[in-house]
Amino acid sequence: MLGSALIVFREVLEAALIIAIVLGASRGVAGRGRWVSGGILAGVLGAMVVAAFAGAIAGAVQGRGQELLNAGILLAAVAMLAWHNVWMSAHGRQVAAQMKTVGHDVSVGAKPLSALALVTLFAVLREGSETALFLFSLSASGAGGNALLVGGLLGMAAGAGVGFVLYRGLLAIPIGRFFSVTGWLVLLLAAGLAANAAGYLNQAGLVPSLVRQVWDSGWLLQQDSWLGTLLHILIGYNDRPMGIQVTFYLATLVGIYGLMWLFGNGRSRASAPQRAT
Amino acid sequence: MRFMSASAALLLALSVPGLSPARADDGAYVLTIKDHRFEPGELTVPVDKRVQLTIDNQDATAEEFESHDLRVEKVIAGHTKGTIWVGPLPAGEYKFFGEFHEDTAKGKLIAK
Repeated sequence: MLGSALIVFREVLEAALIIAIVLGASRGVAGRGRWVSGGILAGVLGAMVVAAFAGAIAGAVQGRGQELLNAGILLAAVAMLAWHNVWMSAHGRQVAAQMKTVGHDVSVGAKPLSALALVTLFAVLREGSETALFLFSLSASGAGGNALLVGGLLGMAAGAGVGFVLYRGLLAIPIGRFFSVTGWLVLLLAAGLAANAAGYLNQAGLVPSLVRQVWDSGWLLQQDSWLGTLLHILIGYNDRPMGIQVTFYLATLVGIYGLMWLFGNGRSRASAPQRAT
Repeated sequence: MRFMSASAALLLALSVPGLSPARADDGAYVLTIKDHRFEPGELTVPVDKRVQLTIDNQDATAEEFESHDLRVEKVIAGHTKGTIWVGPLPAGEYKFFGEFHEDTAKGKLIAK
């Protein structure tokens, strides 16, 4: 039971932390609850479909189907996070200012919310399909049904709990700096996901590693330790990264930051006179 | 949307040259999973060569082949095979395990 709880916890943790960041990043936006829970629900349904067809997916594209699917989902999530951050750099100040004046959620249109709902969907889809496969594999090998169920639920609850703690922690940040903090979190999260995608593409033999191991910081912090796992999810910490992963990480970081700067700059110049504080 | 199509295009561009079948001089190795154990438990591969590793899961249940040393993570459904590429590896030992049955499914790759 504990074994299954632990594995489910590890799988759920990643999705839970991403959802916590998404909820933080969409703070103050009316209707976000509906969008994010819709993303979770769609992700769970999608995860079951992916789990049911795991064999067929793995066999597709000359045995590279799973890696391509994973890399595709990750890169799509990166694109959505990028888009959200670029949007926020143009409108975030307005959102924060409005929240201060009206004192409740503001309506900013469905666009940035749909991007975040997709990020939620992708996170749940990826982790959920592995969880489903694992639980199914355990139940098929004759582990007690009840113990399995309890273990799975415990793991899920613990994962969601950590996500909740992160979310509450984020809310403690004063509103004036809030969106710049969540913006950085989203930026680092996106870069980490891009580096993971590079790992899958290399595993499928589609991109070279460039440098097999750029550094080894395992002596300082093992990636599979708890702190290492946490940092791996949140900012893409990797104790022995390949060259291609570092390249993807930096390219994503610089790319998104550049776009934010570009759009944020144009916008703040245009809206500077009418800024309400 | 533009980002979506850009990443799709990137994926496509990356996948096209890679889709040619593995060259004959690439090493190909097979690991079998049976009763949640790897066979062979120790597999020797050449150093500094790209190696194609096929994992043949003969169990009815899925397994997640995972190796932090090799930076590999792949779910292999019951009664199916999965293929991964590793290396080129410097000489050494590389541990791997099946995440879904970690107490029995353990092994290592030895590059020499």
